[in-house]
Amino acid sequence: MNGPFDFTLALGDDALIAAQRLAEWTTRAPEMEEDIALANIALDQLGAARLLLSYAGELESAGRDEDALAYLRDDREFRNALLVELPNDDFAVTMAKLFFLAAYQLPLYSALAGCADERLAAIGAKARKESAYHLDHGALWVKRLGDGTEESHRRMQAAVDQVWPYTHELFAADPAAPVDPATVRTAFDEVVGPVLAEATLTQPDSAWAPAGGRAGVHTEHLAFLLAEMQVLHRAHPGAKW
Amino acid sequence: MSARSAAQRSPAVANEDGLVTDARTAAASVVDPEIRVITIDELGILRAVEEDPASGRVTVTITPTYTGCPAMDVIRADIRSALTAAGHPDADVQTVYSPPWSTDWISEGGRVKLAAAGIAPPAPVPAAGVVSLTLAVRCPQCGSPETEQVSRFGSTACKALWRCRSCSEPFDHLKAL
Repeated sequence: MNGPFDFTLALGDDALIAAQRLAEWTTRAPEMEEDIALANIALDQLGAARLLLSYAGELESAGRDEDALAYLRDDREFRNALLVELPNDDFAVTMAKLFFLAAYQLPLYSALAGCADERLAAIGAKARKESAYHLDHGALWVKRLGDGTEESHRRMQAAVDQVWPYTHELFAADPAAPVDPATVRTAFDEVVGPVLAEATLTQPDSAWAPAGGRAGVHTEHLAFLLAEMQVLHRAHPGAKW
Repeated sequence: MSARSAAQRSPAVANEDGLVTDARTAAASVVDPEIRVITIDELGILRAVEEDPASGRVTVTITPTYTGCPAMDVIRADIRSALTAAGHPDADVQTVYSPPWSTDWISEGGRVKLAAAGIAPPAPVPAAGVVSLTLAVRCPQCGSPETEQVSRFGSTACKALWRCRSCSEPFDHLKAL
């Protein structure tokens, strides 16, 4: 990444793809309250994505609005981190993804709230309040499953092990960005460590750090997600409800 | 007509047809489409109503509760129709995000109306910006503080689902933000 456009696009894509994945749980969550919770969090992510992508379009000055950026780009043009495009898998994997994403977005949005760019500062100040609830919700489930039954513990640990390598990409240094993501790594670690400990889970020490999302090199999962998300807009350009 | 700002609240002025002609009063009377007991003014999302002194064109500025609030389109349409009825058919509705909405902006009158409708109003937002979830919420039905959270996320983005241990009734709680 470099420059405000790439940075804003990357954050917007993180939020958009996370929203789409979370929305896949609608009518499928393990209980009704959780179904509503995941839909609410998806809606928050979508709200942040709309603000960020609209602003990215303005920064680019090429006439692309939020819809053009969301619906008319192919996978190689998306700049989201790989973490958010990973399949939902079981509920534990979804909670591991949600928890790690919120533990990254909260300090990032908070730092953004104090940055020099007024538009990004406004978006950060707004979105961080919602992120605090996402983090709380994710942490609650990580603890409940990790410190639950033998089976829930086994699956929560497996989920953390599976998702953890993808967290490193979130903090790739980018000194030219309005907020260098590398600077929020400490805040992430300070939140994640104690929650995993309380959940009786082991924090992985794997050095494997898959990356590429910020450069448009994605897993095979993203193209399938985009096909579903974009089909209506591409089949009926300009369609409105 | 003279220019008005949000700070200048004036009483409604009705003409001979009984129409409310004051733009701010008209905008402020729009009810929230998802919580229909409270107006957008009482909810604290109506930021400003300004009238251009030369053209008389009205600009209404609002802010969303949550970034993804799906009620915003309906609120914009309701404001336009309220202003059209008040004699301002060309009103413009702008959306701002800064400073971000806080539940602290819900008026006292709004809180009373929420409670009367069975929705527990939010506690003050902690100064540090950290969302505290340990505060007791009083049951809006029986007034008991013996309540528990069922789910942090409720029927709309701004509400959580709670239950009263005293009267066993479930209720909505507008969560502090």
